[in-house]
Amino acid sequence: MPIFNLKINDKTHSVEANADTPLMWVLRDHLDLMGTKYGCGIGQCGTCTIHVNGNAIRSCLLQVSQAEGMKITTIEGLSETGDHPVQQAWLEHDVAQCGYCQTGQIMSAAALLKNNPEPSDEDIDAAMSGNICRCGTYVRIKEAIKTASKL
Amino acid sequence: MTKIKTRYNRRSFLKISAAAGGGMLIGFSWFTGCTSDKKIKEKVAIPNEWFEINGYIKIGDTGMVTIYSPNPEIGQNVRTSMPMIVAEELDVDWDNVVVEQAPLNTGFYQNQFAGGSLSIKLSWNALRMAGATGRRMLLEAAAKEWGVAVSDLEVEKGIIKEINGERTISYGEIASKAVGIEVPEEIELKDITDFQLIGTSKKNVDGLKIVTGKPVYGLDFKKEGMQLAMIQHPPAFGMKVTDFNEEEIKNMPGITDAFIIDTSVTDKSWSDEKGFFELIAIVGKSTWQLMKAKKALKANWEVVSEPENSDGHADALAEALVSGEAGAKRIDGDPDMAFSKAVKVIERTYSSPFLPHNCMEPMNFFANVTETSAELIGPTQTPKALEDSVSKLLDLPVEDITVNMTRIGGGFGRRLYVHFGVEAAAISKKIGGPVKLIYSREDDMTQGTYRPAYQSVYKAGLDENNNLIAFSVKGAGLPEGPVFPNRFPAGTVENYAAQKIDAKTNVTTGAWRAPRSHFTAGAEQAFLDEVAELAGKDPIDFRLELFDRAMNNPVGENNDYDPERYAGVLKLVKEKSNWGETTPGIYRGVAAYFCHSSYVAEVMDVVLDNGKPKVKKVWCAVDCGIVVNPDAAKNMIQGGVIDGIGHALYSQLTFEGGAPVETNFDRYQLIRHAQAPEEIEVFFIDSTIDPTGLGEPGLPPAVGALANAIYQATGQRLYKQPFMNNLQLEKVVG
Repeated sequence: MPIFNLKINDKTHSVEANADTPLMWVLRDHLDLMGTKYGCGIGQCGTCTIHVNGNAIRSCLLQVSQAEGMKITTIEGLSETGDHPVQQAWLEHDVAQCGYCQTGQIMSAAALLKNNPEPSDEDIDAAMSGNICRCGTYVRIKEAIKTASKL
Repeated sequence: MTKIKTRYNRRSFLKISAAAGGGMLIGFSWFTGCTSDKKIKEKVAIPNEWFEINGYIKIGDTGMVTIYSPNPEIGQNVRTSMPMIVAEELDVDWDNVVVEQAPLNTGFYQNQFAGGSLSIKLSWNALRMAGATGRRMLLEAAAKEWGVAVSDLEVEKGIIKEINGERTISYGEIASKAVGIEVPEEIELKDITDFQLIGTSKKNVDGLKIVTGKPVYGLDFKKEGMQLAMIQHPPAFGMKVTDFNEEEIKNMPGITDAFIIDTSVTDKSWSDEKGFFELIAIVGKSTWQLMKAKKALKANWEVVSEPENSDGHADALAEALVSGEAGAKRIDGDPDMAFSKAVKVIERTYSSPFLPHNCMEPMNFFANVTETSAELIGPTQTPKALEDSVSKLLDLPVEDITVNMTRIGGGFGRRLYVHFGVEAAAISKKIGGPVKLIYSREDDMTQGTYRPAYQSVYKAGLDENNNLIAFSVKGAGLPEGPVFPNRFPAGTVENYAAQKIDAKTNVTTGAWRAPRSHFTAGAEQAFLDEVAELAGKDPIDFRLELFDRAMNNPVGENNDYDPERYAGVLKLVKEKSNWGETTPGIYRGVAAYFCHSSYVAEVMDVVLDNGKPKVKKVWCAVDCGIVVNPDAAKNMIQGGVIDGIGHALYSQLTFEGGAPVETNFDRYQLIRHAQAPEEIEVFFIDSTIDPTGLGEPGLPPAVGALANAIYQATGQRLYKQPFMNNLQLEKVVG
């Protein structure tokens, strides 16, 4: 199996994997970065959202062979201690119920705010609609994004 | 003043011991009747004689209080709210409370269960008693130390003070001495009006772990030497595997084994699998290699019962309504006669499709089975049921099986069923080593255990004064009818008939957030809206009239709701939403429902967004007794409302040739951000009644309020879910 050198959370990792392995499974199975969740595997639910060169990307659709040379950030790299403004806002609004989708939601929200620090409701809807929450925490997520935009 | 006994038939519900590392350990029965377990005893240093104990409070000599919460956490926030109840009675500072997941074990947690919105309801007294006993014993120890009476002392936030003196002592300092105090036989609980913690909002104790992506879910679990496994169940209901290209699969990269497992057990319980017993299992090193092997499967399937399709399901339900035999039923007065005398009669038929649960975390479980033991770890709502089933499958005594619970990425009823844990055990047994079974989303969505498909016929008759004189409901379900004969409007109508009809299907079903209530509330509350319109009455006033009847002169005796509390939530939502006020371009609907011992009324505002209905704002009035953690309780209701709106508008699972057509989120639609309401306000009835369910009751009325608001917006009554598939958008002006 080929070896890939990946730059994840400012560290370089060498991973031996099939070239077509989705980055999500490399993160989870090979590197123990479990904050990136599996939800659908086809880019429809957003639980596996990470940042690639600063943009929110579904890591289930990105093959490991395509990820070399890119700057990859996972939830663990956003802030391990939870002091990123988006994480802080999530805690302030006590957003989570089951919590499973929230790391993906947070990564989408963080990318949105980086590129658009004061998003309108429509901007939030457009940026976040790729992230599903079965518990139905959407109202709080929107409130938390607005709070984070002020932090 | 409420007093509660700490003993029953000489058996004490409480045990006290010195804590390892100093301080006091209080053990109590979270529910009833549990057995001991080696593992937790080692970790928390539990005395051997504590057989029936399954909850622990450690008051350390530093003053820190650790509460070991054993309940499955599926997102209902009980890992925060249950310890709050203990801390309230114990009178400690919440900042000094640490909540830990008790080391998990089934022998130990055999009555632990998350379902039916029961967690808080069942634990309320046990938790209060444990906290209050700890407080009392600490006070007695301090009184003894100082040579004063307990009545001379008071407590504030874990500090004991002399009422008329200077001396103070912290719980931490006296805890070790309290161990020697005899457990009081009877204990005084706090007056509800003295609550200081209960009724205040406390944040989720696991919040930080969640937002930083810590590996708390079953799918994140890893153990040294563990392999991964995936299964392939038959592609359609009514099919069974005969063989597959075993050698080819085994030779694929990263694959270590492939075989067929049989997971059927004798003396099946409700939580055991009903359809797919024999499965292809593939074991390997990485998830992706397993997924590729699954794609390369070439299997032969045998048809064992007739493959069904969605048209056939609709026909079967319609036929059951005509010729099916009623199971549960109720008849008051003479409905046939009353309908024949009625001046106006209205009859409507409602239906809803099969639905998968679609917990965001797909089913998974870890198992390590040896000749003499089985260890299982994962997301289950029913550890005891899993333990029993694994015991039957492996022919191992339950004492040799442990089941550990992880945090659960969504339950909604799905993880009451134990097949995925049983499958993991069967695979582990075959390979003789530890393994984690992972379902793909497609495996998860096509496995079954769905919300049943329903169809109900509602009929109402009005007299010349527009009074409701006859009401009937007949409901059929695949496989179980959705009618609750003794629920509202039973008791409010002189002539009333309710019949529940079960129909056959080979599609497997299970409990799905607010089982049956979800559909029934939507149908009944939409129907009553139409009846009120026919009667020329305001929909809230019309319902309140019925509740007046149920309060003052109820029909029949067996009406399983309290009409005053029902009317109470309607009145509150009426007030809060300024019902009756109209705003151009905003269309309103209302509904109320009672289930899981709680009452919820909702008013929903719908707007037309490019001709499509969108919920703008929702007001909810909730009576769930005492509210333990208000902000978290609001979150549950808000989630229920969004879940209810989403499934009623968009979601359905259809069948062709016995196979589910929608297999992932590209074809199966769940509600998304842009479709969610902008705002959901939640108001609770101020109550001194013991707390009741919250995980489910917010959902059912949302379906009815939504249908009624969409009617106001579009002029179209919606009878079939999902509504968006049945709304004639070209006719909508807006």
